[in-house]
Amino acid sequence: MEWMMAVAVGVLFTVGVYLILSKTLLRIVLGTSLLTHGVHLLLLTMAGLKKGAAPVLGGKADAYVDPLPQALILTSIVISFGVTAFFFVLAYRAYQAHGTDEMDNIREEEQ
Amino acid sequence: MNNLLVMPVLIPLCTAVILMFLKEKVLLQRRISAFSGILNLVLACVLVTRIHEEGIQTLQMGGWTPPYGIVFVGDMFAALLVLTASVVSLGILLYSFTSIGAEREKFFYYTFFHFLLVGVYGSFLTGDIFNLFVFFEVMLISSYALISLGGTRLQLRETSKYLLINIVSSTLFVAAVAYLYAAVGTLNMAHLSQRIHEAGQGGVLNVIAVLFLTVFALKAGLFLFFWLPGSYSAPPAAVRALFGALLTKVGLYAIIRTFTLIFAEDPDVTNGWIAWMAAATMILGALGAVAYNDIPRILNYNVIVSVGFVAFGLSAGTPDALDGAVFYLLHDMLGKALMFILGGLLIAAAGTDRLERMGGLIQRYPLLGWSFFALALALAGIPPFSGFPGKVLIIRGGLDAGMLTLSLIGLGSSLLVLYSLIKVFRLAFWGNAPGTEPPKVKLKGGTAVAAGFLVLVILMGLGAERVNTYVSQAGDVLGSPKLYIEAVLKE
Repeated sequence: MEWMMAVAVGVLFTVGVYLILSKTLLRIVLGTSLLTHGVHLLLLTMAGLKKGAAPVLGGKADAYVDPLPQALILTSIVISFGVTAFFFVLAYRAYQAHGTDEMDNIREEEQ
Repeated sequence: MNNLLVMPVLIPLCTAVILMFLKEKVLLQRRISAFSGILNLVLACVLVTRIHEEGIQTLQMGGWTPPYGIVFVGDMFAALLVLTASVVSLGILLYSFTSIGAEREKFFYYTFFHFLLVGVYGSFLTGDIFNLFVFFEVMLISSYALISLGGTRLQLRETSKYLLINIVSSTLFVAAVAYLYAAVGTLNMAHLSQRIHEAGQGGVLNVIAVLFLTVFALKAGLFLFFWLPGSYSAPPAAVRALFGALLTKVGLYAIIRTFTLIFAEDPDVTNGWIAWMAAATMILGALGAVAYNDIPRILNYNVIVSVGFVAFGLSAGTPDALDGAVFYLLHDMLGKALMFILGGLLIAAAGTDRLERMGGLIQRYPLLGWSFFALALALAGIPPFSGFPGKVLIIRGGLDAGMLTLSLIGLGSSLLVLYSLIKVFRLAFWGNAPGTEPPKVKLKGGTAVAAGFLVLVILMGLGAERVNTYVSQAGDVLGSPKLYIEAVLKE
């Protein structure tokens, strides 16, 4: 299983970086979003994809999964949602103020 | 167990939430903010004295003992930083009353201000590396809001850059945490330190250490500072002071904490990287400070130089150098807040931020002028100001560790810092104003705050002996991680 996750993480990172390096602000926002998703999968995979019961006290199972990565991912996802939302609003405001969302034009106008 | 530890986080959090509901009542917002700032200052003093008397304090959230659960750890280093941060933030708060403008105040300036403080205090006090990430994010999200508040084109552009850089570095932070958890199987800093000590720090852990160093260096402006001068120029002076005094220092705190506590087993390698980055930072920062002619940029490059200097203290790693790094960090928080406030007053007085359009201000603003001169001496590390003891300790530590080149670079960069600020002093305050003189503006509130900071800077320099008893207690913990581990993991 882990190798599939590794491939998925790799693809998400590649696409994310590609989009971040492109010129329009909207693509950059999408790129950061994909990048953070990649890193969330990485976080989940890094602890090892164990097969086991939910870690509930009193349950009787041979193996339990590690609950920590899921707690970490939850926190991280919430943060990335918030930041992405902020970035979208910011990109929209920048688009309104500059009349374009091409990064090159945004830069030229100020000089 | 000590509930006092969580108060520096809770008080600004509650304040921020209350202030959200008082959008239109600017005066009430100010009063509540000031009250909360003073309360925090008092609590920080109590915290420092208690740690001074009783040693490292820990708080286990919900009674889950480490390594399970979340801990807050207050050692002397963290407590001193919390104390200085509360002094600095209170001063900047008072300065914002007169400078920030009703428009921003109505759009939740104080709310974001306090949320930023939540992140800063939390980063100092947490004893868990994932919570460090969370508090970093709290701090960063507030800083995005503060930087873009006002919505001018310049601000929007600089915020997009700043935001993008920080999203990428936060992503790397999570990746680094993931790798660390895979390699060591814990996230509690004390437990991490213990396990790495047992297992030794091999190739894999060194790679993870580099990843952490990259992340924190991006936030601290250590070597990877290319985003800093532009982004920190966009917001108004009060916000700039807040960022220059606190944000980069949190990054530095994280570097010092991780590399003295967690990745401390292979100091030859890790300190080597930090030393090179520190050297490059000091040289490039000093060159930038000398090269530019607009005040925000000169001041921003000065922030970068001092980041490099503290990192040099860390990389030398001797007890003297670590004490010096702590001392200089404390001085620098005060000094940089003072620097940006004076810079803001100067820009307000001259009506422009370009040096070539200034001149002759000394006749109309003598107090401001001489404060600026004193600041230049303080930042360059001339006694009796507070920069001196820290600088002496760091340089002595560097020489003890046999880092002659770096010590020379440190001294040379101090000279360039002095030159860059004296250049501002000379061009802005002496000579004649080119063209028409701008109308005289009232700077009363701001000058009072600046004078207060200046007194603190002098007192800290004169009372260096007394400050040093606290600072060396902080340095002891940095020098021997065992103290920290025992305090956190005790039965």
